[in-house]
Amino acid sequence: MTLYAVLFYALAAVTLFCTLVAVTRRVLVHAVVWMVGSLLGTALIFLLLGAPLLAGFEVIIYAGAIMVLFLFAIMLMAQEPNEPPEVRSMVRRRLRARMFWPTVWALAGIIACMALISFDPTNTTPLTAGRVSPRALGAWVFGNAWPAVEIVSLLLFAALAGARYLGLPLVRSDHPEKMAGSLDMDQPPCAVNPEDQP
Amino acid sequence: MIVPLEHVLLFAAALFFIGLVTVVSRRNLIMILLGVEVMLNAAGVVFVAAALRWWDIAGQGMVLFIMGVAAAEIAVGLTLVFRVWRRTRSLNPDSLKTLKD
Repeated sequence: MTLYAVLFYALAAVTLFCTLVAVTRRVLVHAVVWMVGSLLGTALIFLLLGAPLLAGFEVIIYAGAIMVLFLFAIMLMAQEPNEPPEVRSMVRRRLRARMFWPTVWALAGIIACMALISFDPTNTTPLTAGRVSPRALGAWVFGNAWPAVEIVSLLLFAALAGARYLGLPLVRSDHPEKMAGSLDMDQPPCAVNPEDQP
Repeated sequence: MIVPLEHVLLFAAALFFIGLVTVVSRRNLIMILLGVEVMLNAAGVVFVAAALRWWDIAGQGMVLFIMGVAAAEIAVGLTLVFRVWRRTRSLNPDSLKTLKD
């Protein structure tokens, strides 16, 4: 077993553990922090599998941007108050009952994947260590896949516009004259729901 | 040589199923979005491993596009969750049972 293999199995175990802890947390901030650990582990696995640029992007985009976006969203939305302990234990018992069938299905799925993948245990496909330089990946992406780059940039713009539109204050539908998009420039462009005011 | 391709696929499958169970079993919209992120991440691992197996750079290019799609999805998704929260003051998807006021 080479050093690469030892590193891979250790990183895979750490990543799976962090993900499992992350998705079972009740406090959302804890979940996001554990998720950052999982994403960093995945970034190191990308590095082992010969993708240094993707490892960097995994840290920058996933662990950096997206998780910070999650943190801001969690800070924006108030948490529900904590239940008293007896209610909490009841909730936990009901949670265990609710988790039963999804866990059974997940285990069945993993075992089925295992059976499919390691159908013939002697016929494993060894991966040779390699490395794709960021320059080569960039040249390939902009040389061979430029329509996809354009599509993704359009998609990002659509997401930007959609997030901006959906983030507007709610409009009362019973005041059609104050609908968003009305041409009356003296009025604010949309009527603000009084519940939104602090 | 490093690890066999099958072991990377097993790791990605386990990661994917963790995300899937999160999406179908959690009662919190933010945790559901986190599960979607886990699943997209597992798909990226498979693409990188396949790029190494077939010695083709296209797999790594696909992961770049997956990252772009994930960023767009999470921006719109979190805005939708925020809108739901503003309307119902709750992050529980069961609070969205009525079609209209």
